[in-house]
Amino acid sequence: MAQSLTHGETALPADWRDLFALTKPRVMSLVVFTALCGLLAAPGSVHPVLAFASILAIALGAGASGALNQWYEAGIDAKMKRTAGRPLPAGRLDRQTALQFGVGLAAFSLFLMLFASNWQATLLLAVSILFYVFVYTMWLKPRTPQNIVIGGAAGAFPPLIGWVAATGSIAPLPVLLFLLIFLWTPPHFWALALFVRSDYAAAGIPMMPVVAGEKSTRRQILFYAIIMAAGAIAPWPLGYTGALYGWTAVILSAIFVLLSIQVGTRTTGGGDTMQPEKRLFAFSIAYLFILFGAVVADHWWPL
Amino acid sequence: MTQDPTQEPFDEAEYRRRQRSRANMMAWMLGGLAILFFLITIAKMQIFA
Repeated sequence: MAQSLTHGETALPADWRDLFALTKPRVMSLVVFTALCGLLAAPGSVHPVLAFASILAIALGAGASGALNQWYEAGIDAKMKRTAGRPLPAGRLDRQTALQFGVGLAAFSLFLMLFASNWQATLLLAVSILFYVFVYTMWLKPRTPQNIVIGGAAGAFPPLIGWVAATGSIAPLPVLLFLLIFLWTPPHFWALALFVRSDYAAAGIPMMPVVAGEKSTRRQILFYAIIMAAGAIAPWPLGYTGALYGWTAVILSAIFVLLSIQVGTRTTGGGDTMQPEKRLFAFSIAYLFILFGAVVADHWWPL
Repeated sequence: MTQDPTQEPFDEAEYRRRQRSRANMMAWMLGGLAILFFLITIAKMQIFA
């Protein structure tokens, strides 16, 4: 049985809540939603049971990635206020249990995907887990301020996997959705990094505001927001979506760019509460949810 | 030899509670997976029939 903290001289079994927390449930919700949208926007119909099992496999794969990320970063998490309460740095779980849980969950998610769907989706799920753990967590994150830019690809896989699970092949629209999340990740995370900058600096993670400074980060947020807006609107003029998605993308992307201009052009002094950055971060989450909802709505109820 | 004062005394009730909650969770998950795998099999039989 997996064991956690020692309580006296006897090891207590890990609490299931701590194992659940290892899967980063909040991140998983966005993964599940975008994967579901990819699956629902695909042409043709999928048996509901197979659709459910495929989404469950993607959710478990994302959970496994989160658990392996926390296993590897336990030492770093302990140095940051934002993450110090997680099960591993807080001492409620031991690293061996987290590793076994993560590897087991990853293996099971791939098995479930292969059983319920097809080998193409299974391969993509395996690539996304390996990319997140080895390329992003172990290689890029501790080494380069571009970690989020390249590592963003890991989070961009779910809609692509959802689509491939439904159809068995890749098409331009899910690739554009992949691109959308890929371009959305830098402004989203750099907005966060601006207001938790001291946390990252304390942990020695080379996030953009720590390495390149605040001014450069703000400029890059604006730069990526503009490219992202173009990428978000692109499926409409290219004919892969209709007006419902198109107008939603235009309006929301305009708001995103306006909030990014606010963040990108300002300078801060001591005691700044970073409200524009917090606003951009919060809006960026809603932006992705609404936009992916619009992709599905446009597919099922075109204007 | 005296016990290390930094160590908490062993709480058997907590040990049992965690064991029970994990056993229950495992039972529900295995039951759910058995049903899910059964339904996937039925769905595939319908598709390929």
